[in-house]
Amino acid sequence: MELKTIETPHVPVRYLHGGSGKPLLFLHGAGGVTAADPFVNALAEHYEVFAPMLPGYGDSEECAELRDMLDITLHYWDVAAALKLKKPIIVGHSMGGMIAAEMAAIAPNDVAKLGLICPAGLWMDDYPIVDLFATMPYEMPALLFHDVAAGTAMLTSGLNVDDPKFLQTYLVNNARQLGMAGRILFPIPDRGLSNRMYRIKAKTQIIWGDGDKLIPPVYARKFKEGIKGAKLTSIPEAGHMVQLEKTHQVVEAIRKLG
Amino acid sequence: MKFTWFNLMPWPYLPDDFREKNRSVWVDIDQRLFDPAKSHEVYNTYMDLLEYAGTLGFDGIGVNEHHQNGYGIMPSPNIIAAGLARRTTDPAIVVLGNSIALYNPPVRVAEEFAMLDCISGGRLVAGFPVGTSMDTNYCYGQIPSLTREKYQEAHDLIIKAWTTRDPFAWNGRYNKLRHVNIWPRPIQQPHPPIHIPGGGSVETYDFCIDNTYSYSYLSFSGYIRAKALMDGYWKRVEERGAPDTSPYRAGFAQTICVAATDAEAEKLYSKHIDYFYNRCLHVYPGFADAPGYRTIKTIQTGALSQYAPPKGGYTNLSWGELVEQGHVIAGSPETVRQRLEHLAETLRVGNLFCLMHVGDMPADKCMYSTKLFADEVMPKLRNLYPEYADDNRFWCRPLNKVVKAGSLPAAPTSAPLETAGAK
Repeated sequence: MELKTIETPHVPVRYLHGGSGKPLLFLHGAGGVTAADPFVNALAEHYEVFAPMLPGYGDSEECAELRDMLDITLHYWDVAAALKLKKPIIVGHSMGGMIAAEMAAIAPNDVAKLGLICPAGLWMDDYPIVDLFATMPYEMPALLFHDVAAGTAMLTSGLNVDDPKFLQTYLVNNARQLGMAGRILFPIPDRGLSNRMYRIKAKTQIIWGDGDKLIPPVYARKFKEGIKGAKLTSIPEAGHMVQLEKTHQVVEAIRKLG
Repeated sequence: MKFTWFNLMPWPYLPDDFREKNRSVWVDIDQRLFDPAKSHEVYNTYMDLLEYAGTLGFDGIGVNEHHQNGYGIMPSPNIIAAGLARRTTDPAIVVLGNSIALYNPPVRVAEEFAMLDCISGGRLVAGFPVGTSMDTNYCYGQIPSLTREKYQEAHDLIIKAWTTRDPFAWNGRYNKLRHVNIWPRPIQQPHPPIHIPGGGSVETYDFCIDNTYSYSYLSFSGYIRAKALMDGYWKRVEERGAPDTSPYRAGFAQTICVAATDAEAEKLYSKHIDYFYNRCLHVYPGFADAPGYRTIKTIQTGALSQYAPPKGGYTNLSWGELVEQGHVIAGSPETVRQRLEHLAETLRVGNLFCLMHVGDMPADKCMYSTKLFADEVMPKLRNLYPEYADDNRFWCRPLNKVVKAGSLPAAPTSAPLETAGAK
């Protein structure tokens, strides 16, 4: 994957680009995405993948003008327009799934295929989602992965926690990334999608890890009920980071969209 | 120096095993630990203590705002301040303050502060904190990375509401109001003095300097650890070209305990200090700083959260270490005087917020410490900054004649009949 920059009306956007095939727009979750991401690379074996970063993620510029769900949804349509993508397949994970669903609800005629990988965006009082913003880093692997040991290794690989600069860099990244994510996820990741999701016309695949402890699989049913004709693929022995834990199965589920 | 007697209003009945059995004193504290019937006495005792301090010559008596917090049972400081305004006539009523981003619309603060100023006869000192992340983000649900923008708009709206004499429209991002026209408005003109609690961000330094507001550092870790932060502020005061370096441009909160001797202070107060540092400050680190609450600039300057405990935590700090390291200033009146002079030299602060009720301290000990401080320490420190004795930009300007509560006759006798033409 290559890291590139594209101008949009509000802010220059950094995006990963690679592969060939039908154009696919991938929207990352609150943890961000890198060129080494195994899932994005696996998608690129079948599609021409565009994976734009939300402003503030990675080394991308922040954008004060994007304050709420509508701003961010329209921003991603601006990105799609700048990349000259016509009716791309849109796939999003977690926060990215929430944005992808919003994009498909707001412009139902412009999205034909939609892949939602354990998306955020809905809230059920009986199944409260863990407060991601009050979670300590050491608590994250158990929330995100079915195989906690492997997940911990994945999250901490390449990090030197003994480096005195590490904490400051970590805090700055968190402020930039989760600060922006908070505009649609804090304190409750619901910005009214349930009122709008009936508008989605796209052929939709919902993909969920059976062992998701961050957004429990009961939410998969809620999405399935809300989006007409949506298909659900449940993947056993996988957590919230199902696309990293069962990369091949998730790619195959996306490919069912045609 | 100006002295404000401050009461955080801690809940005094947190159990001995509070730390072990609870993850946080704040945000998700166990509600069952609060006993409403007991709170009746707690509230009234705490208000009595504030009023008592007001009779001893303290320049101000102070209250603040916290939510879902075991060491502060004052989600609405204005309610306490209203009681104090009625029952006192001399001290400033220091509300430090209202978290203005949390009031919807913020003209509510302009109105309530105006009411307090009117009821107290112009004795209000108004504080506008951004609010801690625990209060603002985790309890009151404000989006962390938008909190400062919302705060700024709330500030601008309140100042305009206080200073504009005709109805105006406010088309803000967070507030849409077609008819802003507050009634009542404050006695103090153009508005009550404003203090801004801050935690080391350069943006807040500049905000205070540019608007002639007093910068208050409300820390629990004492004056020695505060030096770097206050040095940063004073450096900025010079860089920004402020017309003076009046010490009243700054305030500091310090825990203070006075007894006849240093040894007596330890004997009387160490268990209450321990209660405060080891139970009241037991905050789950996941609630300390929501990502986006602090600006990147602030993180990069390395100003860490005021709630970050010293290395190893407070648990292992003995009374001697807490006193030695300046977290607590405690001892005989002479010891306390010396330490406070050192504090003033170290930080150059004109407004001292004296945290004199500590943890689960009972009223009699608190009165004893307070009285010794008022009689034997305060008079010796009043003139620390003689060249700025007349600087009244950061303090209230009360009416010459302040009305006392209870001015009515015991019972009505007669009332004059209104005659035609009389107005």
